[in-house]
Amino acid sequence: MAYSDKVIDHYSNPKNVGTLDKAKKNVGTGLVGAPECGDVMRLQIEVDEATGVIADAKFKTFGCGSAIASSSLATEWLKGKTVDQALAIDNMDIVEELNLPPVKIHCSVLAEDAIKAAINDYRVKNGMPELELEEKKH
Amino acid sequence: MELKLPIYLDNNATTPMDPRVLEAMLPYFVEKFGNAASRNHSFGWVAEEAVDYAREQVAKLINADPKEIIFTSGATESDNLALKGVFEMYASKGNHIITATTEHKAVLDTCKHIEKMGGQVTYLEVNPEGLIDLKELENAITDKTILIAIMYGNNEIGVIQPVREISAIARKHGVLFFTDATQAVGKIPVDVQADGIDLMAFSGHKMYGPKGVGALYVRRKNPRVKVTAQMDGGGHERGMRSGTMNVPGIVGLGKACEICMNEMEAEAKRLSVMRDRLENGLMELEEAYVNGSKEHRLPHVSNISFKYVEGEGLMMGFNKNIALSSGSACTSASLEPSYVLKALGLGDDLAHSSLRFGLGRFTTDEQIDYTINAIKDTVLKLREMSPLWEMFKEGIDLDTIEWAHH
Repeated sequence: MAYSDKVIDHYSNPKNVGTLDKAKKNVGTGLVGAPECGDVMRLQIEVDEATGVIADAKFKTFGCGSAIASSSLATEWLKGKTVDQALAIDNMDIVEELNLPPVKIHCSVLAEDAIKAAINDYRVKNGMPELELEEKKH
Repeated sequence: MELKLPIYLDNNATTPMDPRVLEAMLPYFVEKFGNAASRNHSFGWVAEEAVDYAREQVAKLINADPKEIIFTSGATESDNLALKGVFEMYASKGNHIITATTEHKAVLDTCKHIEKMGGQVTYLEVNPEGLIDLKELENAITDKTILIAIMYGNNEIGVIQPVREISAIARKHGVLFFTDATQAVGKIPVDVQADGIDLMAFSGHKMYGPKGVGALYVRRKNPRVKVTAQMDGGGHERGMRSGTMNVPGIVGLGKACEICMNEMEAEAKRLSVMRDRLENGLMELEEAYVNGSKEHRLPHVSNISFKYVEGEGLMMGFNKNIALSSGSACTSASLEPSYVLKALGLGDDLAHSSLRFGLGRFTTDEQIDYTINAIKDTVLKLREMSPLWEMFKEGIDLDTIEWAHH
């Protein structure tokens, strides 16, 4: 199976690889997937408390090239968005942008899950109620 | 020597054809096109002579009699013919077959089919080295057992089963012994007499011969073994395998066997030195594990798990220049990681992180050096990107984390 140029580009030059200080109140961390399934994503957001805008986003991913590309793309999209805007990111947007084949759609679902998990972590830390998330099929 | 790219290290999947094999085959497409079964003219005689000669070349490599070689379309057909053919032929004696969980799918799926036809199959587990337990094998034999089917060398991990001990047990209990030796024939000495093999499957394209041709060895003496044909037709190959002989393919298989016969010993030595160098180079990485027995192993095979990186993601780092395969689920159609690695007791995470190296006749030292460096660089790069590696480095036990399974 050939990878799309965009997947190859994100894999070769991943954006925003790294770790934010998860102890900070304005940092939300989402860890999704499982080693046995071959995919684990950790996505973090750092929110500017004055504006509610995501000032920084970082990821680390264990997985195939499409999983790495999906999380790399997600961090790019997150930066500059408000938390509410970030919630609107849909996995199918990632599928479209990266040209993921059907067998790799679960990578995009995982990235969306990671975004939502990071936002929820941020919300809980800051006294907001946890969002009920709809279950997407992996 | 100059480095030649891309590098092919997937020789367990298939081997490139040796140019000498192609040369031997070429006259049999256009010029000498006859049907080996045409008994009444020179075209047929020429073809028949070529097939007879190839049969001798094949037999010689495995120390068999030429009459014991049945030509087929490949190892999958040979596996089917051996298992189903014995099951049908010996139905009056029993219906029980013993095999192992690490066999090739061509054996396992055929066994599943036999179960549907009323057969009983015992699937022996293997130890963490990938070897079956001989006591367990002997204990599994019942008065209904007709066949033991254990492979010679494994396609994923290269582990060589104790074939002589297995055949001794089979002999002692009057049970036939079939081995799928697709990965072993032409790579290491395989001797059907000394090894006590009653039936054996192997294939041309795993030993620098053409695809679409293989053979089944069927013992004719002590004991005389017969299999029921699985295709009806002209009664070729002593009635065990009908179908017009694939003359160019058979000529190619014969030539491939002859080359292996002459060069196998030196080649195995050369490849095992290279394989060990590759393995030692890669094992300098932290948290790298060789899968399967290192002691009982084909000389050209290595299977290594690089913990905390995923196999497909890893291969993407160098697959433009290096071809190999992984036990990762993402590389298979089934979305399940390698059942062979799981049978060794590896967790799914380690199975996902494995690479299989299959060296071959045309692998060079320069290619091995390049591969060591490329894989090391990619593993290090991906570990920097891996949340699991970070947790491991922080001393977090990954087993204590509640992962969201899906």
